[in-house]
Amino acid sequence: MRYRALAFGAALAAVAVMAGHTVAGQSPAAPAKKAIPRTPDGQPDLQGYWTNSTYVPLERPDKVTKALYTESEFAALVKDAASREAEQTEPGTVADVHYDFSQFGLDRSQSAFVKNDLRTSMIVDPATGRMPPLTEEGKKRAADRAAERRRAGATTDAVQNMPIGTRCLIMAGSGPPMMNAGYNSNYQIVQSPGYVTILVEMIHDARIIPIVDGKQAALPASMTQWMGDSRGHWDGDTLVIETTNLNGKNPFRGSSEKMKVTERLWRIDANTLGYKFTIDDPGTWTQPWTAEAPMTKSVGPIFEHACHEGNYGVRNTLAGARLEDRKAAEAAAKKTSN
Amino acid sequence: MHIRFRAPALAVAGALAVVFGVIVSAGQATPYRAPRGPDGKPNLNGIWQALNEADWDIEGHSAGPGRVMALGAEDAVIPGLGVVEGGPLPYLPAAAAKKKANFEKRLTLDPEIKCYLPGVPRAMYLPQPFQILQSQKHIMMAFQYAGAVRTIYMADQTPAPADSWMGWSNGKWEGDTLVIDTTGFNDLSWFDRAGNFHSDELHVVERITATGPDHLNYEATIEDKKVFSRPWKMSMPLYRRKDKGARLLEFRCVEFVEDLIYGALRKGAK
Repeated sequence: MRYRALAFGAALAAVAVMAGHTVAGQSPAAPAKKAIPRTPDGQPDLQGYWTNSTYVPLERPDKVTKALYTESEFAALVKDAASREAEQTEPGTVADVHYDFSQFGLDRSQSAFVKNDLRTSMIVDPATGRMPPLTEEGKKRAADRAAERRRAGATTDAVQNMPIGTRCLIMAGSGPPMMNAGYNSNYQIVQSPGYVTILVEMIHDARIIPIVDGKQAALPASMTQWMGDSRGHWDGDTLVIETTNLNGKNPFRGSSEKMKVTERLWRIDANTLGYKFTIDDPGTWTQPWTAEAPMTKSVGPIFEHACHEGNYGVRNTLAGARLEDRKAAEAAAKKTSN
Repeated sequence: MHIRFRAPALAVAGALAVVFGVIVSAGQATPYRAPRGPDGKPNLNGIWQALNEADWDIEGHSAGPGRVMALGAEDAVIPGLGVVEGGPLPYLPAAAAKKKANFEKRLTLDPEIKCYLPGVPRAMYLPQPFQILQSQKHIMMAFQYAGAVRTIYMADQTPAPADSWMGWSNGKWEGDTLVIDTTGFNDLSWFDRAGNFHSDELHVVERITATGPDHLNYEATIEDKKVFSRPWKMSMPLYRRKDKGARLLEFRCVEFVEDLIYGALRKGAK
């Protein structure tokens, strides 16, 4: 289960290229210097198992003003994060009952990840490394959503109050955009004539991207989906995926259902894919914003993630809360009768 | 006179037989040849769907009342000729009793009602489309129902690492036929809404062959020593979805069954 050694050498080589790419701000569509692998029908071959597991945060932390950490700062940061992940297995804690992250290799420090990605944020535009300010509409929506959550009651009151990942509806990493999750941030890309399919390990979500070169219209506005409607084209050797028609039930950092996501996926080398996404949602942010979250080669195969089918967490949490309700009611009745 | 005519008649008949024989054997010798993909293999890519009533009951069945009175004719069982070859399913005695019990409790036990992964072969004839995404090392099958997925390993083949709903599929080409050997099933999926079931000993061998530009022939041989006295086979055509702009849409059904599954655990529920 320990991929540390395997991933390390690969990541070192890969990241040198990636970091140079990011820092230099090269266009992802720039022609590759080296010949890249191609599928039998001539597409750039992006296939294989990949992970976007990373210690790089989406937004630059407060008090950090530079774009890159030094290597020693990064090493300290990884060590600190790894120890926090390991803490989840502290014997006798609630978290200990949940998972042993390190035992199953679910902690990031054991998994393949871009080891020397020294960036202090995934966001590359704006240059602050942080999301642009919310619009008034965006602020109101955030407030409305918070009020709705309070109105609905505790997460243990009903399954609908629980986070959608807990409910096995969809996970944060499924996208778009595809973001690293706490664990299992694994993807398999399969290319067939006219399609690029990205299998997300979590909840076995297959993103089927048709390469339509603008010839297939988006779904009508009346039709929305959790993962929206994605259409792809090749810009040189870069796969560009445009997604609209999101249903807004899985908002990304406060986005609206009008969000348009443009993703760019390209091969940097044998062990690395570049991945960059732009969020365009004028109803939420004052300007579009862009983040880079490269993927590094992982090991397969990907096993079935039957989340809903084995969702004892929801049942047990609700059953426990109802037991507490009954105990409280009995205690109250006893108090009244005394 | 009779004798005179007999010889020429025989000769004519013989000649005809030869001609027919040639025609017939020529027909057998040149089955449909599927277009090749970029790797030279038959191209099975596309969005496909069964057009039968096997999800109601894989065996031949008459129309019948539905499970939910309020749904009236919309939930009534649609009659079908069945997809099982050669007589009734060869259930072992205890398994036959369990099938009967499953049928009686199908409203609460059928995994499809709970939006659970459909298993194999049921995924292939659910009344929703699925897509074949054919690459060289892996062939993926993506199903609209519940977003189920199968990965067929054409390379990197291993035994099933553990049991799962959709099983572990290794594939190979036998001429123009894709042959998929699937094991590693759990015992939780069903074959249909009628309670036909299997155990974790299930072994499915599927044969998929293009019979025309828009048709596949699908066969599955089912072996399960805990449930059936012998292997048996189902077969059916699969049809290409030719709708303009055809694509899989989301049928993320978990959300639709949450109150069914967890509603009794809602705060204040009776």
